[in-house]
Amino acid sequence: MYKLSQNKAPIYEALEEYKDRRVVSFDVPGHKQGKGNKELTEFLGKRCLDVDVNSMKPLDYLCHPVSIIKEAEQLMADAFGASYAFLMVNGTSSSVQAMVMSVCKRGEKIIMPRNVHRSSINALIICGAIPVYVDPGTNKQLGIPLGMDIEDVKKAIQENPDAKAVIVNNPTYYGVCTNLKEIVKIAHEANMKVLVDEAHGTHLYFGEGLPINAMEAGADMAAVSIHKTGGSLTQSSVLLLGESMNPGYVRQIINLSQTTSGSYLLLSSLDLSRKNLALNGKKIFDKVKKLAAYARQEINKIGGFYAFGSELIDKKAFYDFDITKLSIHTRDIGLAGIEVYDILRDNYDIQIEFGDIGNILAYISVGDNILDLERLISSLFEIKRLYSKNPAGMLDNEYIKPVVYCTPQEAFYSNKKSTPLKEALGKVCAEFVMCYPPGIPILAPGELVTKDAVDYIIYAKEKGCNLTGAEDMKTEYLNVMC
Amino acid sequence: MELWYTEEQTQNVRFTIRCDKQIFSAESDYQRIDIFHSPEFGRFLVLDDRIMLTEKDEFIYHEMIVHVPMAVNPNIKKVLVIGAGDGGTARELSRYKTIEKIDVVEIDKMVVDACREHIPQTACGLDDSRVHLYIDDGLKFIRSVTNEYDLIVVDSTDPIGPGEGLFTREFYGNCYKALKDDGIIVNQQESPYYNVFSKAMRLAHKKLVSFFPICRVYQVHIPTYPSGHWLFGFASKKYHPLRDLNPDNWNSLNIETKYYNTNLHKGCFYLPNYVTKQLRDGEPDEN
Repeated sequence: MYKLSQNKAPIYEALEEYKDRRVVSFDVPGHKQGKGNKELTEFLGKRCLDVDVNSMKPLDYLCHPVSIIKEAEQLMADAFGASYAFLMVNGTSSSVQAMVMSVCKRGEKIIMPRNVHRSSINALIICGAIPVYVDPGTNKQLGIPLGMDIEDVKKAIQENPDAKAVIVNNPTYYGVCTNLKEIVKIAHEANMKVLVDEAHGTHLYFGEGLPINAMEAGADMAAVSIHKTGGSLTQSSVLLLGESMNPGYVRQIINLSQTTSGSYLLLSSLDLSRKNLALNGKKIFDKVKKLAAYARQEINKIGGFYAFGSELIDKKAFYDFDITKLSIHTRDIGLAGIEVYDILRDNYDIQIEFGDIGNILAYISVGDNILDLERLISSLFEIKRLYSKNPAGMLDNEYIKPVVYCTPQEAFYSNKKSTPLKEALGKVCAEFVMCYPPGIPILAPGELVTKDAVDYIIYAKEKGCNLTGAEDMKTEYLNVMC
Repeated sequence: MELWYTEEQTQNVRFTIRCDKQIFSAESDYQRIDIFHSPEFGRFLVLDDRIMLTEKDEFIYHEMIVHVPMAVNPNIKKVLVIGAGDGGTARELSRYKTIEKIDVVEIDKMVVDACREHIPQTACGLDDSRVHLYIDDGLKFIRSVTNEYDLIVVDSTDPIGPGEGLFTREFYGNCYKALKDDGIIVNQQESPYYNVFSKAMRLAHKKLVSFFPICRVYQVHIPTYPSGHWLFGFASKKYHPLRDLNPDNWNSLNIETKYYNTNLHKGCFYLPNYVTKQLRDGEPDEN
């Protein structure tokens, strides 16, 4: 099914060869195979430091690949069914930014659901494009944003025929998927590109019985966090292109902000993860699917917790569901997701991906086993027994409708002043406010500060969410436009 | 040819037994299982490179994990044993005619099968008609049980590998819930001597204290365990292991033991100062 031999790992192989040659280095990095930093070498291991090397002819150049990196990128594209693939070392945030900046310029419109990751809106600050937000839809019971109803996307496209592209999350943080194939169809008919944020979607390319992936749906670009579900090192990522895109131009865009000292630790981790996924992905994600299904079933026996799944699919804003995601609604036991998240970490030594106002998300991936999952499930039994409260008076995770006043770029670079949170009401926000994780903005630059937003920020702080984005680290003050 | 089994008890300490032959070796879904025969200790079972029991000294472990709680509350009828696929704990329990039900939950079927075939001295305990064997994760088994048992015996391996879940707060909390109002839990609680074991010992104690009003630790001497100095935990919702001990009652049962007696019962709760200090501190000290 693959055109190339996925057994190969050209970057890894070249690094092994480089090590064997025992080259004397009068090059950067200055630690010189770790000899200059003993403590670090002891901590990370000599094998790791040995291959922390600079770009050079036998190891190719990330910003202009002609040999092993090029070959690794071709293998990556082959594995993902893409026309071209870029290995990325500045995180999936950089992949998302490269997507946006490759298709729109200052003053041009781009259609996106409001529950995008901050990296999409960051790209707008840099390039000056104008966001057209689509209400992603909300599940009232769970209080989670969904994946855009196809009718809402159609309407946005009709009302903004000059827009350049549509951004889609596939899936969302919670595992909700959109009717991607249909969006590709109507966007292409309207001469718009489709950019897909697949930060949580690596497995969609390798597992079976999962929602459609961006390349298969015919999307033009996709940003994929292999490090999240695919097993590569943190910060490594891949940017996929469909046939319609010009790889040379996209590379120029990437090189505007990407490091020229790409880490070979990250690159080799992408190379080996791709090999593993291509060769064993089906088996791996079969296991992940089984683990998630088992956990869902057990957690739903507890009563009070709701580990939701495919039963919520409505073929609209909840078009499809990624069953590898273990999202659990906690509100009915009287605890905010963030509170369960904190209890799990502080009292049970269990770290999960995130907790928000009403839900927690446990990430299940290539490295998990059943015994650890039993610990999570049993801890949730205990949390219910020991900590559950009356849920009356708890805030829902409502969709806060953004009121866009100007572009994120204009607001971010405007004259602004620092204002106490409550007094900022009705003014135009000049910065982000979000809970991290998940990093979905409550307020983005250029949006009016609404009462809903202020109430939400105060409540999220009370419950212990980690609020980020604002210049004031405590988010007591907001920068607003003068 | 000489054949020696060597166990790396800590990074810096090794313990070696001369063997005449290896009887069994296999990798299960959870761990590596080996059984050897040795001139000094007879047959012995090794899980993931750690001696679990030898024919010569297993009586110490099994008598002490069973008779201590049984002498405190002679009315124990329903018992849950977690781990213990070797059958030794069930064997000691089955000597009490008053016990009605013994549920044994062992995660690894291969341990049970290997012991049944090669170590009948302990595995015979699984044949008693009151014993119900469940092949399951103890942590999973316990979470759906409420107010059911008079005694839970946690006969676990070390807290690395499949035994890890049996040293967690979620496990002890679920045990509390599964016990009746006068329930007792006894657990294998590692050793105070070497740092690698004492950390787990202190943490287990700390977690148990957060659930049970009565929480004491007692000591035994097991020659083939690291340092030979081993601890068990005794925690209860109601019974005190010394104040509620009724020696006359237990002695009237005429259970013949090689290690346990009611005087030793009292003595084993009196701990060396350095152990008491560790339990009190609850925090790992630098070794």
